[in-house]
Amino acid sequence: MGIYLPIAEMSVNPIVLLAMGAAVGFLSGMFGVGGGFLITPLLIFYNIPPAIAVATGANQVVASSVSGALSHFKRRTIDFKLGGVLLLGGVFGSTIGIYIFTMLRKLGQLDLFVSILYVIFLGTVGGLMLVESVRAMRRAAGGGAATLRRPGQHNWIHKLPFKMRFRASKLFVSVIPVLGIGAAIGALSSIMGVGGGFIMVPAMIYLLRVPTNVVIGTSLFQIIFVTAYTTVIHAQTNQTVDIVLAFLLMLGGVAGAQYGAKAGQRLRGEQLRALLAMLVLAVALRLAYDLFLPPDSVYSLAGPGAL
Amino acid sequence: MLARAIVAIMYLGLAMSSAPAQPQPTPQGPARAEVGAPPPNGPAQETIEIGLSTNRVRITSDFTGADLTIFGALDNADPLISRQGRYDVIVVLEGPSREVVVRRKSRVLGIWMNTRSESFVNVPISYSVATTRQLQDITTPASYRRLSLGVQNLHLQPSDTLNDPESIVEFTAALRERKLVTGLFSENFGGVEFLSQNLFRATLRLAPDVPVGTHRARAFLFRNGAFVKETSAQLAIMKSGFEQRVFRSAHDYSLLYGLFAVALAVATGWLGRIVFRRD
Repeated sequence: MGIYLPIAEMSVNPIVLLAMGAAVGFLSGMFGVGGGFLITPLLIFYNIPPAIAVATGANQVVASSVSGALSHFKRRTIDFKLGGVLLLGGVFGSTIGIYIFTMLRKLGQLDLFVSILYVIFLGTVGGLMLVESVRAMRRAAGGGAATLRRPGQHNWIHKLPFKMRFRASKLFVSVIPVLGIGAAIGALSSIMGVGGGFIMVPAMIYLLRVPTNVVIGTSLFQIIFVTAYTTVIHAQTNQTVDIVLAFLLMLGGVAGAQYGAKAGQRLRGEQLRALLAMLVLAVALRLAYDLFLPPDSVYSLAGPGAL
Repeated sequence: MLARAIVAIMYLGLAMSSAPAQPQPTPQGPARAEVGAPPPNGPAQETIEIGLSTNRVRITSDFTGADLTIFGALDNADPLISRQGRYDVIVVLEGPSREVVVRRKSRVLGIWMNTRSESFVNVPISYSVATTRQLQDITTPASYRRLSLGVQNLHLQPSDTLNDPESIVEFTAALRERKLVTGLFSENFGGVEFLSQNLFRATLRLAPDVPVGTHRARAFLFRNGAFVKETSAQLAIMKSGFEQRVFRSAHDYSLLYGLFAVALAVATGWLGRIVFRRD
């Protein structure tokens, strides 16, 4: 039994896609990330053309971020002002990202570039998180309290000009790094089809020193808008958003996310981070393996601007 | 790629019969079987006709490839040659043409990346052939090349003819090979059967990802290995109902389509939260 995807122009098994959406949604709810970094590679493994996987992945992340952000909105753990400034940078970065995406597609290097970006970012973030969480677990075992935020301590980022006060995060920082992080993640979002939560969350914690309780909500809040923007631009410039595929993933995703969030509350923070780190590393390794594996055929066909 | 086992079969009817062909095609070409007698004034040139009872085929959401049947007939066929089986027919269904870029990967620092490419203009997206016999038994290679007939002889025009000729040969071969592997190009030797002295039936394969658009069905008649006549008919392949609307709106109203995709995502996320909430 199959369902025909009108944009990807292929038949797929809807049960597989629903299950894929549900599994990723469960993990994303558990870890508080959008899940785009898992969905896009999984779609590529499932033979969806990368250009469509990226654009459709962004669309799916909108749904899972809305679902996640709503629960943070209820708990009042969103810093709207910080989210707004990040978003401003994000829209700018995303526009540049789409331009790079279209260029790479013309040059025939899109698939390679997307894979390499995934390997680099997933590998780095996964590795750092694993090291950090293992340390935290050791410290916790040793009796000390595990803290990420050390208030008195400032780094160079806090010396930059154009300071702005973010009350909900109890922060007084320059807008330059905030806009910069927003722009960098916006660009990645449009090239990789991710919301960028897996980079945004560590960047906010370690670079901006945002308190952990508002990090996830704020990140989800701004991801909604950046991925929504990315989806619209991809739809307009590349016509690569497959709404049938996106909808199947969303259905599975939003259901999985709520169960995942529940499961996440039972696990301890550092265990959760160690698990997420291992998952991220596994995806990175799988993609890296494909880069070095000889392809089935060294030749491939492409239209001038198509698939 | 999981559900390709189910092969839908579409029968296109017989042009000259009044009723569309039945799923069990035993064409009773009314009085047609006997018209092959030579006309009074010496042997006339044979002609070939093909007919489609429908000029459009719709692809539904469960489309996993299909066989397309085309019926045709010979006029003024010489009964002697017919009996000896020395008439041959080749039927081709050619999809819309598009520019194609063929890329070659090679190893750079251990990573496989696209390094060289060659583009071709006006390459049919799909090309299926059905013949009465193996190609080499019908006519000469020179004749195939002249007619640009058959997957291996279909003329492929590189967009930059000044490139290294060896490279053009290599990429042309690669283009044919990739198209054959994906099923977009196919050859069905023995796919044309004579049902009587004058009537034939051609079975062509449609790939699961057969392109939408106007396809051209062409039939070539050979007598004793010599090309006699060609005829053609148009066939539109389109996505049916919902799929077609989605595809068209994604291309014609891309901005609205994108906004709708986002609205759908927001609504799904919000409803999902209400329906499945667990906190």
